[in-house]
Amino acid sequence: MATISLRDVRKTYAKAEVIHGVSIDVPDGEFVVIVGPSGCGKSTLLRMVAGLEAITSGEIAIGGRVVNDLEPRERDIAMVFQNYALYPHMTVFDNMAYGLKIANMPKAEIKARVDRAAGMLNLSDFLDRKPRALSGGQRQRVAMGRALVRDPAAFLFDEPLSNLDAKLRVQMRLQIKEMQRTVGTTSLYVTHDQTEAMTLADRLIVMNAGVAEQIDTPMAIYDRPANVFVAGFIGSPAMNFVSGTLEAGHLKTAGGQRIALPVPADQAGRSVTIGLRPEHLQTVDADHPGAMALRVRAVETLGADAYAHAVLQDDSTVELVVRVPGARRLSEGETLHVVPDADSLHVFDAATGARV
Amino acid sequence: MNRATFPHRFLPWLLVLPQLLISLVFFYWPALQAMWQSTLKEDPFGLSSKFVGLENFRKVLSDPAYLNSIKVTAFFSVVTAFLSMSIALLLAVQAEKVLRGKAFYRTLMIWPYAVAPAIAGMLWLFMFNPSFGTLAWPLRQMGIDWDPLLNSGQAMGLVIAAASWKQISYNFLFFVAGLQAIPKSLIEAAAIDGAGSARRFWTIVFPLLAPTTFFLLVVNSVYALFDTFGIIHAVTGGGPGKATETLVYKVYNDGYNNFLLGSSAAQSVILMAIVITLTAFQFKYVERKVHYG
Amino acid sequence: MADLGMVGSSKRSRVVAHIFLILGVLIVAFPIYYVVIASTHTLQTILRPPLPLLPGAEGPANYGEAISGGIGRIGGVSVGRLLANTAIVAVGIAVGKIIISMASAYAMVFFRFPFRMACFWLIFITLMLPVEVRIMPTYKVMVQLHLIDTYAGLILPLIASATATLLFRQFFMTIPNELLEAARVDGAGPWRFFKDILLPLSTTNIAALFVILFIYGWTQYLWPLLVTNSNSMNTIVIALRKMISFADADTPWNLVMVTAVLAILPPVLVVVLMQRWFVKGLVETEK
Repeated sequence: MATISLRDVRKTYAKAEVIHGVSIDVPDGEFVVIVGPSGCGKSTLLRMVAGLEAITSGEIAIGGRVVNDLEPRERDIAMVFQNYALYPHMTVFDNMAYGLKIANMPKAEIKARVDRAAGMLNLSDFLDRKPRALSGGQRQRVAMGRALVRDPAAFLFDEPLSNLDAKLRVQMRLQIKEMQRTVGTTSLYVTHDQTEAMTLADRLIVMNAGVAEQIDTPMAIYDRPANVFVAGFIGSPAMNFVSGTLEAGHLKTAGGQRIALPVPADQAGRSVTIGLRPEHLQTVDADHPGAMALRVRAVETLGADAYAHAVLQDDSTVELVVRVPGARRLSEGETLHVVPDADSLHVFDAATGARV
Repeated sequence: MNRATFPHRFLPWLLVLPQLLISLVFFYWPALQAMWQSTLKEDPFGLSSKFVGLENFRKVLSDPAYLNSIKVTAFFSVVTAFLSMSIALLLAVQAEKVLRGKAFYRTLMIWPYAVAPAIAGMLWLFMFNPSFGTLAWPLRQMGIDWDPLLNSGQAMGLVIAAASWKQISYNFLFFVAGLQAIPKSLIEAAAIDGAGSARRFWTIVFPLLAPTTFFLLVVNSVYALFDTFGIIHAVTGGGPGKATETLVYKVYNDGYNNFLLGSSAAQSVILMAIVITLTAFQFKYVERKVHYG
Repeated sequence: MADLGMVGSSKRSRVVAHIFLILGVLIVAFPIYYVVIASTHTLQTILRPPLPLLPGAEGPANYGEAISGGIGRIGGVSVGRLLANTAIVAVGIAVGKIIISMASAYAMVFFRFPFRMACFWLIFITLMLPVEVRIMPTYKVMVQLHLIDTYAGLILPLIASATATLLFRQFFMTIPNELLEAARVDGAGPWRFFKDILLPLSTTNIAALFVILFIYGWTQYLWPLLVTNSNSMNTIVIALRKMISFADADTPWNLVMVTAVLAILPPVLVVVLMQRWFVKGLVETEK
C-alpha cells in the first residue's frame, strides 16, 4: 500500500500537448476517481501511472519512489482494463496466477492467494473455465481477481464497468467499493460516468481537455463546483445555466428578462453565468414573490421524480430543467412557477467560467 | 488507436535480422545481379564482359524463339487457367447442391494439390505414354497417331492437361469458399422473383463470385507462368522443337544449359516486370477477402 | 417439393450433382490410382497396355527393391535416402519459414524501431522476386557460398517468405492492445509475452501454415534441380525425373511407379489428415 503523487505531469504527442501539467496527491488507502468526458486525457493519465505510456515531463511517484523510468512490472501496480484483457487460452486460475508465476512465487502461495481472491469474488466454482465460457460480469470479476492476488501498492482501474449492462454495473460498483474497503489498497479509477464517479470516490478529480479542473470530495464538488465545466459535468440531470448581467436583486438575461436573485451589492454590473440545479428549483404558486413563470415543453417521468423541460415564459431562449415530484402530473404547455433555492445558487464569471 | 508496443530498441532488430539477411543475400543481391548482367555481353567462355546497355533486351525481344515462347506461354496459361477454373467451378457448384457427402468429395478432390507439378506431369505421361500408356492405347487402337513426344499439338495438350489437373483442387477450394460466402437469402429472393436455376446462377451467383474468380485468375496466371516449370521440364523439356518452351523454361535453358548469360538475365528482368505487374494488380484491384466457412 | 429449404436443389438436381462430382473425383483421383496400381505390377505387365485396373501381386517385391536396394539409374541411391532428403528439406523449409517469419512479424507489430517500415517493404517486395526470375545469379551466390549439394543450400534460400510474414503480421495485429498491456503489468517481458501468450494463441495459424509450407517444400523442383549435382543429395521429385527416360527401353518402370507413389504419398497424407488446417492455411495465406 502506498501513496501516489503526480507532480506537474505532462504528455505531448507529436508536438500537441494532451496533458497540461497535472498534480495530484493520493494518500495511502484512498479511492480516487478521475472523471471526465472522452478525450479529456484521463485514460492517458492512468496509463502513465501504470507505465504503459511515457511521461513527457513531470514526476510520478508511487509509495514515495519515483517511477518515471520504471517498467510497469517494476511499479508494483495492478490494473483492471475496460475489456478485461483476460488471456483467452488460460483458465481463470491461470489468468489470476500469471503475474505471480512470473514473479516466481511458490506454487502453494499462488494457490492460496488465488483461492482467497476467488472466494472474495465468488469465482471459486469457475477456476477451471476459460474466459469465453464466462458471462460479462464473471469476466469482469476475474479481471479484478487478477489485480487482487498481486496485492500491489496500488490498483488502477480503466473504465472497468463500461462494458457491462446497467444493472450489473450498479452491482459491480458496490462490489468494487466493498473490495477496496476490505483490502485498503490505494486506488485510481478512471470513468466517464459521473454517477459511477460520485458513488465510488473518496476523492474526485474532474478532468477536461488535459487539465484537472477540480480535485475534492464528491459532495464538495457537487456543492461548490469550481467552474462552469465541473458544474455542468457533475450532477444528473445537468445543471441549468442562465447567462446575463447582475443587477441589484436580480439577473438580467440576454433577452432582457429579470430573474429575482439575492445579488450582493458589490457584484452588480458583472457579466455572469448562473447555475441552478434542477433539484434546487422549488415549485411555488404564481403569486410567490420572485417566482419565474415557465412554460413546460416536455416531461420525463421517472416514477419517484419527473423532470420538466421548460423555457422562461417571456424569454424562450432560457431553457431550464426542473425536478418535480413524480406524483405531480404535468402536461406540455402548462405554466409552472419556480423560485431558485437561495443557498444552492452558483455564480460563475461569464468570461473565465470560474466560480465567483 | 495506436498499437501497444514494447519499449525495446535493439531486440526488434535482432528479430528481423534473419529474414532481412536471407532476403538480401538470396533475393536482392541476385536480383540486382540479374539486372546488371542483363546489360552486359560476355564472350562464350565467360572470360570478359562489356557493358552493352539495352542491347540484350533488343536482341531478346526481336528473337523469333523468344516471341514464340511468349506465344506458347500465353496459350498455355490461358487454356490452363480456363480449363482448371471452369472444371473447378462446375464441381464447386455441384458440391454446394448435394446434402450428403460434401466432406467426402472435398477430401478426394484436394489430393492433386499435394502432388508436385513435375510429378503431375509424369503421371499424365505414364497414362498417355505412346508405348505403354493405358490411355494412349485406346487412342492408338482407334488409329490416332498418338505421340506427344513427337507431335507438338499433342505435347501441348498433355502439359495443359497435367497443369490443369493439378490446379483443380486449389480452384475448387476457393470456389467453394466463395459460394459459401454468398448469402442464401439472395438466391432465395431470386427464386421468389421467378428466376430458374440456370438464370439464378448466371445473374446472381456468378457475378457475386467475381472477386473470387478475379483473384483465381491472377493466381492461376502466376501458377501457369512459374510453377509449371516442373511439368515442362519433366515431360517435354520444352519440345518437341520449341512447342512447349515457356518463358521460365527458356530462361533456365538459355542460362543453365546454353550459358547465354546476358540473354538469360534480360529475360529474367522481363519476367520480373511481369511478376511485379501481376502482384501490383492483385493487391490493387483484387478483392482479397475470401472466407472459407 | 421436399427440399429441406435449399432453393433449386430438387432431388433430381442433387442426383445430377452427384454424377458430376463422381466424374470429377474420377478425373482428379484416377492418375494417382493409376500409379498406385502400376506400382504393384511387374515391369512386363506395365509395358503391355492396357494396365489391369486392379492391384497385382508384385507390390511387396517392387517396394522392397526400391526402398532397400539402390536404384542403378540414379547412382545406386536408395529411395529411403531420397525420402529422407525430401523430408529434411520440406520440414526444414516449413519450420525455418515459420520461425523467421514469426520473429520478423513479432518485431514489426509489437515494437517500434527506426526503419521499421523500410524493413516491412524490403520483406514485402521479395514477393515479386521468385526463384524463376533470378535463376543464374542465385546459382552463382550458391556456388560462392559453397552451398551446392548441401541441405542448407536446399533450405535457406527458400525460407524467407513474405507471405508467411504477412500472415503472422495480420494475425498479430488482431491481438488486442490490452492483452499486451495486461501482460506487461503482470510482469511479462517480450520473451514471456511471446512464449506464454502469443505462441499459444497462434497454434492454429502455425499448424495451417505448416501444412502449406510442407507441401511447398516437398514439391520444390527448380531449386533442387539447380543446387544439387550429387545423386545422393537429390530430392525424390528430382530423382524420379532422373530415373525416367521415355526414349530409353531399360527404364525400370515398376520402380519408377513405386518411387512416384512414395513421392506423392507423404504430402497427400499431410493434406488429407490435416485437412482442416490445410484449408484454413490455404485460404488465409492468400488473403
